Amino acid sequence: MARAVTQQRKIINTAAAWGIGLLIFFPILWTILTSFKTEAQAIADPPIFLGFDWTLENYSVVMERSNYARFLWNSIIIAGGSTVLGIIIAVPAAWSMAFVPSKRTKDILMWMLSTKMLPAVGVLYPIYLLFIQLGLLDTKLGLVIVLMLINLPIIVWMLYTYFKEIPGEILEAARMDGATLKDEVLYVLTPMAIPGIASTLLLNVILAWNEAFWTLNLTAAKAAPLTAFIASYSSPEGLFYAKLSAASTMAIAPILILGWFSQKQLVSGLTFGAVK
Amino acid sequence: MYFRNALGAATAMSLITAGALSAETITIATVNNGDMIRMQGYTDDFTAKTGHEVEWVTLEENVLRQRVTTDITTKGGAFDIMTIGMYETPIWGANGWLVPLDNLSAEYDAGDILPAMAGGLSHEGTLYAAPFYGESSMIMYRSDLMAKAGMEMPDAPTWQFIREAAAAMTDRDAEINGICLRGKAGWGEGGAFITAMSNSFGARWFDMDWNAQFDTEAWANTLNFYKGMMDESGPAGYATNGFNENLSLFQQGKCGMWIDATVAASFVTNPNDSTVADSVGFALAPDTGLGKRSNWLWAWALAIPAGTQKQDAAVQFIEWATSKSYIELVAANEGWANVPPGARTSLYENENYQAVPFAKMTLDSILSADPNDSTVEPSPYVGVQFAAIPEFAGIATEVSQEFSAAYAGQQTVEEALAKAQAITNEAMEAAGYR
Repeated sequence: MARAVTQQRKIINTAAAWGIGLLIFFPILWTILTSFKTEAQAIADPPIFLGFDWTLENYSVVMERSNYARFLWNSIIIAGGSTVLGIIIAVPAAWSMAFVPSKRTKDILMWMLSTKMLPAVGVLYPIYLLFIQLGLLDTKLGLVIVLMLINLPIIVWMLYTYFKEIPGEILEAARMDGATLKDEVLYVLTPMAIPGIASTLLLNVILAWNEAFWTLNLTAAKAAPLTAFIASYSSPEGLFYAKLSAASTMAIAPILILGWFSQKQLVSGLTFGAVK
Repeated sequence: MYFRNALGAATAMSLITAGALSAETITIATVNNGDMIRMQGYTDDFTAKTGHEVEWVTLEENVLRQRVTTDITTKGGAFDIMTIGMYETPIWGANGWLVPLDNLSAEYDAGDILPAMAGGLSHEGTLYAAPFYGESSMIMYRSDLMAKAGMEMPDAPTWQFIREAAAAMTDRDAEINGICLRGKAGWGEGGAFITAMSNSFGARWFDMDWNAQFDTEAWANTLNFYKGMMDESGPAGYATNGFNENLSLFQQGKCGMWIDATVAASFVTNPNDSTVADSVGFALAPDTGLGKRSNWLWAWALAIPAGTQKQDAAVQFIEWATSKSYIELVAANEGWANVPPGARTSLYENENYQAVPFAKMTLDSILSADPNDSTVEPSPYVGVQFAAIPEFAGIATEVSQEFSAAYAGQQTVEEALAKAQAITNEAMEAAGYR
């Protein structure tokens, strides 16, 4: 009897998980479907789910009108660069906070996190003026630096949480065996924290890929990433939903594929240390 | 002979080299709409004529507005040409942020620009932006539904007639709404519509001392009339409908009438997108007999930010994109219905263009809107559906949010007007106008 209840609960849980998953995924699915419709079908009321004449015309128009490869390349450099730079800075920072904490470590961590609560638009003008002075406007380097700084609190916090789970005795043993600080961080700590570092890396790539405020405001033609590519198809005067959907699908496809293949690492990293 | 050939080759080489040396790459910020996208497709023609390359930054209208405002106020220099509207141009021109377009070539024929457009894009008589296309607003109506209702649309109807026609055309069972109008919050969405409508009811935003006027009977009449008519004959959820939502409804045959931008005429008469393309009529935006109609005036125009290093190339581009020959280029390739409208007088004198069904009504609408004299009682501001002062966008966005809340039934019209009065007076006082 108990077994039957467990089985029933299992089915219910599975169905609920699938239902919630589909609900979350539905807007993306709808965007993908709309990208294969004509503009008239895209606004049809009642909406057409699958029974329409599938067309690739929107993709062809988008490819003809925009330099997709350039936007994609800029996104890869900006998201990848800011994440790698962030990890390089955050690993030593998180190490010191986790293993040699001071009286103020908790305050510093909270202060770092509080910078995320500042509305971005509040510092737009100072950053814009700095970028003009430093010649960083519309450059990939400028965006790599800004996005790294924006995501740094999250990277440090995540790594700090993972590092706290690693017994300090292991690092102590390495030190007793003659490991230098560099060896300790590079050859002992980092390999043990690989799942955590990998999930931090992936999460930050996703955050940087989707960041739209700074990438739209600090770029023009040269460094604009895929967020600007999508924005170029949005219009308050004209129904271009099918083309906008095609552009959106093309913009999210790389990160969707990356997320799909790395979901195991992402989930294991995010739940690392959640259950003791 | 040998010498002549050598001389010719050397001359040709030097010309090519000189051309290559003076060739620039200009960056243009623009909006995503049909005419602007079409222009991007013809960039090769400009490059072939001048040698200059063009890099486009296309953004959604509100994003573009924020982006170019940040750049011009900080002298960022990210763009050599900006696409701006009638709201920004006089303000930015007065601040010295734009290059005056007072030295355009004789061939360009700046005198051919429609006076209403030139007036709205100038400051103290100096043109600061060249109109790429201009628009007003007008009534687009279903001629078949109007005939079925036993009514005939006059060329210049009153609001009372529109309300009666809307009620007669409404058929809730068939999902037909007599009238579709903007109600969405935002100074350029529902805010623009209600401001233009208020002009025809004798209302204005400010008196000559910059005092808000929302406590007047004219504003109460405007809002009560709008809400009453939309509750009777408008679509469900009209408080959140903007241009695109109404376009979608009209194209699917769910609106008897739609009063909105003249540029929509080409969308609703396009059989590829519209199910009612063959039964659309046009009329001037309505009035109440007070001498002002409820149509607005707008232009998307090209301007050069002061401080650009590529001013000569930028002027050449503007002369090319807003020229008569560009219009002819588009007409030759895509037909006269697809040329950018509302910018040049000569376009409306062209017999080919006169055959386009909405051409005359578009011109009549543009000509009946005067940004320098838009209200029945005198007002201190320039602009039809806006007041060309820097504070207006922020104030009008807040005011339109209050109006939309009233349309949605979240508060009464009286409450919305009282809040609008307080918001506006407070902001104007803080800005030092009062």
